[in-house]
This record gives sequence, C-alpha cells and structure tokens, in this order.
Amino acid sequence: MSLGSATRQAYQRRMLRPAGSSFELWSWYFFRVSGVLMLILVFGHLLIVHIINNVDVINYEFVAERWQTVGWRVYDWLLLFLAIVHGQNGLRILIDDYIHSRGWRTFAHTANWVFLGFFLALGTLTIVSFPFAPGSKT
Amino acid sequence: MLSYRGREGYWAWLLHRVSGVAIILFLFLHVLDTCLIGFGPSVYETFVAYYRVPVFRVLEVALSGAVLYHGINGVRIIVIDFVETATRIQRQLWYVVWASFLVLFLPAAFFMLRPVFFPSVLR
Repeated sequence: MSLGSATRQAYQRRMLRPAGSSFELWSWYFFRVSGVLMLILVFGHLLIVHIINNVDVINYEFVAERWQTVGWRVYDWLLLFLAIVHGQNGLRILIDDYIHSRGWRTFAHTANWVFLGFFLALGTLTIVSFPFAPGSKT
Repeated sequence: MLSYRGREGYWAWLLHRVSGVAIILFLFLHVLDTCLIGFGPSVYETFVAYYRVPVFRVLEVALSGAVLYHGINGVRIIVIDFVETATRIQRQLWYVVWASFLVLFLPAAFFMLRPVFFPSVLR
C-alpha cells in the first residue's frame, strides 16, 4: 500500500467518530469544542491586537495596562490553553500519519508531550506572575 | 474507487494541516516572546521591535490568513461531521469557506498593511 493511500484511509477513518478508544474520542470532541471557542477568542484577539491596534503601538505599557484587568488575563490564558492543547493534539495526529519508524515515532510523541507541558507552564507563569501595579483597577 | 487526491476535499484537508502547523510554530514563538514581558520593558521592546519590520508585517498578514482559513474551514469540518446532508455538498462548502475567507481577510490585510504603505495615516 502506498503512503498516499494509507494517509487517505487514516483521514477517512478519522472523519467517523473514533470508536474503541476513549482517549481518541475525547481528543476528537476536544478538537471541535476548543475550535468553536477559539473562533471567538482568536478572532477577537486578531481584531484587538492587529486591526484596532497594531504592532507599532503594542509595547510593554500596552500589555502591562491590559493585564491590570483580571478578565484580560483570563481571556489570554484561556486562549493560550485551548490553542496549545488543540495544536499539540494536531501535531500528535500528524506524527501518527507521517512518522512510521518506531524509534522516531516514540521520540516525536515524547517531544510533543514535553512541548505541551513546557509551553503551557511558561505561558501560565508569564500571565500569572506579572505584577498588578498598586492602585490600579483589578 | 473514488478519486480523492487533487480534488477540493483533498486541498481543503492539506491546507488545514499546513496552516495548523504554521500556527502552532508561531504560537511557540509567541509564548517565548510574551514571557520576556516579565523581564521588564527594555528586554521586551528589544524583541518585539522585530515584529515592526516590513518583512514581519507581511508574515503577520500571512499568519492571519492561516488563522482565518483554519478557523473557517474548521467550521466546515464540524458542519460535515454533524450534518449528514452537508457531507454531500462538502465541495461546495469549500467555496463558501473561500468566499467567507476573502470577505474577512481582504479588509483585515488592508488595515494591517496600511501603516506600512501609508505611514502618514498612522495614529
């Protein structure tokens, strides 16, 4: 069987709800639920950061002031969490589809889980540890 | 035997993967650049200054395009998954994806690139 048709069959199988593995079923639903939530969060992020404002005016003060409001920290963290987990889930499927040698598969899957932990931890730390200025709105 | 490769569904699927990989790679970079905010204004500004260079402005537009396509085509995937009749018109739905994409992307690209080409209108 050629690689092309194997890839195609893997895709067609996935288009049905995965059966037999509860992890794959959860992954399938997470993709869709996180995707819908991110439609609002990402398009909002693009609108605020890149259209209403732009990279010329986004600087330290912009972020510092934004993060004085707890709601924006929650917004940014929610987007971070959904995007990192959604992306890691996607990379996991690409590894399954394209990396066939046993050793490289194990390596890639391990690296992918390490990335998930690392970027989730670093992003969370960044958002949570940023100081609230005294007397600011919270 | 159904021919799948090279048709609309194939390109929709391939572009979804390519745009997804581009987005997650940028997201890794974005988490790293945002973490610099904890080291104070000068460290953060030194890095984000790169985002204001014209080359990065074009990449910014490309990334926004990838995000828009991935999001809108994602809606198409979900609709196909849950609405049986939509599966039969998945090809037509791909053209709906592109129509919606252009309606959102063209004005967005204009506003993002305007400060680069017309610096005088910059606030």
